[in-house]
Amino acid sequence: MNTRRDAVSTDLSPRVPSHPPTLAVSTPSGLDVPAIVTAEMASHSAVGEPGRSPFTRSIFTDGYRGRLWTFRQYSGFGSAQETNERYHFLLRQGATGLSVALDLPTQCGYDPDDSMSSGEVGKVGVSVSTLADAELLFRGIDLGAISTSFTINGTAAILYAMYLAVADKTGVPRKKLTGTIQNDILKEYVARGTWIFPVRPSMRLIADTILFSTKETPRFNPISIAGAHVRDAGATAVEEMGYTLANGLAYVTELVGRGADPNAFAQRLSFFFYVHMDLFEETAKFRAGRRLWAKLLAEKFGVTDPRALMFRFGVVCGGSSLTAAQPYNNIVRVAIENMAAVLGGAQSIFTCAYDEAFQIPTEFSAELAVRTQQIVAYESGVGRTVDPLGGSYYVEWLTDRMEEEIRKVIRDIDDYGGVERAIEEGYIQARVAQRAYLRKQRRESGEDTVVGENHFRNDSTKHDFGEMFRMNPNTTSNVLARLAEVRRSRDAGRVSTALAALEVATLNPQENVMPYLIECCRAYATVGEMVERLKRNWGEFKEPIRL
Amino acid sequence: MNVSTAPPALAGKRILIAKPGLDGHDAGAKVIALALRDAGADIIYTGLRKTPDYIARMAVDEDVHAVGLSILSGSHNELVNATATRLAELGASEIKIFVGGTIPVADHPGLRAAGAAEIFSAEMPLDAIVRRITELLQ
Repeated sequence: MNTRRDAVSTDLSPRVPSHPPTLAVSTPSGLDVPAIVTAEMASHSAVGEPGRSPFTRSIFTDGYRGRLWTFRQYSGFGSAQETNERYHFLLRQGATGLSVALDLPTQCGYDPDDSMSSGEVGKVGVSVSTLADAELLFRGIDLGAISTSFTINGTAAILYAMYLAVADKTGVPRKKLTGTIQNDILKEYVARGTWIFPVRPSMRLIADTILFSTKETPRFNPISIAGAHVRDAGATAVEEMGYTLANGLAYVTELVGRGADPNAFAQRLSFFFYVHMDLFEETAKFRAGRRLWAKLLAEKFGVTDPRALMFRFGVVCGGSSLTAAQPYNNIVRVAIENMAAVLGGAQSIFTCAYDEAFQIPTEFSAELAVRTQQIVAYESGVGRTVDPLGGSYYVEWLTDRMEEEIRKVIRDIDDYGGVERAIEEGYIQARVAQRAYLRKQRRESGEDTVVGENHFRNDSTKHDFGEMFRMNPNTTSNVLARLAEVRRSRDAGRVSTALAALEVATLNPQENVMPYLIECCRAYATVGEMVERLKRNWGEFKEPIRL
Repeated sequence: MNVSTAPPALAGKRILIAKPGLDGHDAGAKVIALALRDAGADIIYTGLRKTPDYIARMAVDEDVHAVGLSILSGSHNELVNATATRLAELGASEIKIFVGGTIPVADHPGLRAAGAAEIFSAEMPLDAIVRRITELLQ
């Protein structure tokens, strides 16, 4: 019997393309690649030496011999207590850096007891609403001995203030702190969407954090200018790098406008990208981006200090390149992507767990992701000598081509009137959505081969993903109980004084709000309370609706 | 496959594509919006971070035939339920609800019971999604 439901589910299942897979002759960004790349085609003169600007080959003279990349695993879920336990587990497995995933209320500036947070507490990351949560999150971990990366943007300044408050309370000198806050609001308007304030005050808040960090936490990265999410939302490798460098230039312009010296602060700028499956395009993307950033800072801002010209970046392997179909295939994909990131010279790498495309990783899959990095690092030999692909006809030619195309993306935004205008009017957002539509069509038609998903399918193994991670059903009530306790036991007078001072500070664009945020955190003011005060004078971003 | 060459199966149909909750991943919502627009539908997109109440009111004000809810944060059970309830309270139960995002199969029966007419995922073909929505709106 063929019921309606059966007919529908058959209709909606992915179809095998009518033609066999073909070997693509152009890269995923659409660059046509000749069958033979000759020595004459690449401008080897631009390659230069490792450790020398414009750093095509590496920002270091000794590659990974001096220091291996950081193995950084993204993790965070539920309550601070549960995440703290996962951190201790990852550190025992050999992770050398922590990466904090925060839930959406924390990222968007709502407290867990706000009606906007309903159903979202602890879902995609850990809930941190007051200093009490931050203290619990890092309990038993020496903040002077590890580096911590926070995927946080709209409320980055507040989470940074909390981290400083924890360090202060546990006696760790601020100068010893290492780690990163993502703090890249421009790409949030384009993809990922955790914006709060309009573009102008957001740029001021970011400048405040960078200026504060340059003085107080000189080893900490106060921004990680990120292309990963725009890539995941649809952009090509070329566009990922182009939009990211354009955003980077916008932050530099903002800071120069505040009177800061780019030779000093540019040393603290770091970047963050996705790496997908095209090994050489990805490697060339990193080499071209590194070279172009150094050139652009020198050309546009007259930066001369080589340390300020260094393009330091982290990478995440996985994301939209991973499939729910035959999930164990993702283990192989992540290993290849990990190699591309190393060949491109990344300073830190996250490897996605094979099940990360559809659930919070289990301990088993999280451990396998760390093992992948260890195998690439210690068994494959790719990090033995600096930039092992340097001088390859293909890789040098492709690096040149990528640089040309990335420059075109930056010029296109300049022609539109700059990043801020392009974002406020939804220009970049609409371009990325069109790309996503195109990518989906190419994947469905089988033009882009995704093994196990469109070509080489085996439906009998489709839903085989081992054990499932289960969320603790009591997370929300535990989080709410803790917050209620903090609200009850804190010094209400100190809280209102601190919040009032913060609000006054927002009115003076020459004032740095960081010290006010730190005092709010110390007083156990909530993230929602601080954001509410910032909104009073700054307002909220009005999202352009443009398809 | 090229959706843009399909006949305008959804001509005259008005569809609201909505992002309830705090999830900011809108690539899927926009891809579906573009595919439905290419199939002839009038598309209204809410933008990010809308409450179920806002979405239900907008659906009624805009006199749509269907609401597509895009949710990738794991909060689908709460958000679909609240939107369906609010639509019913506004006397607009005839507006069809479809859901897209990262929805575990185990949650499908509950979502259907709450009022979701169909649940789509990222690996489903766009033309099949468009056909299924066309069917629902007949």
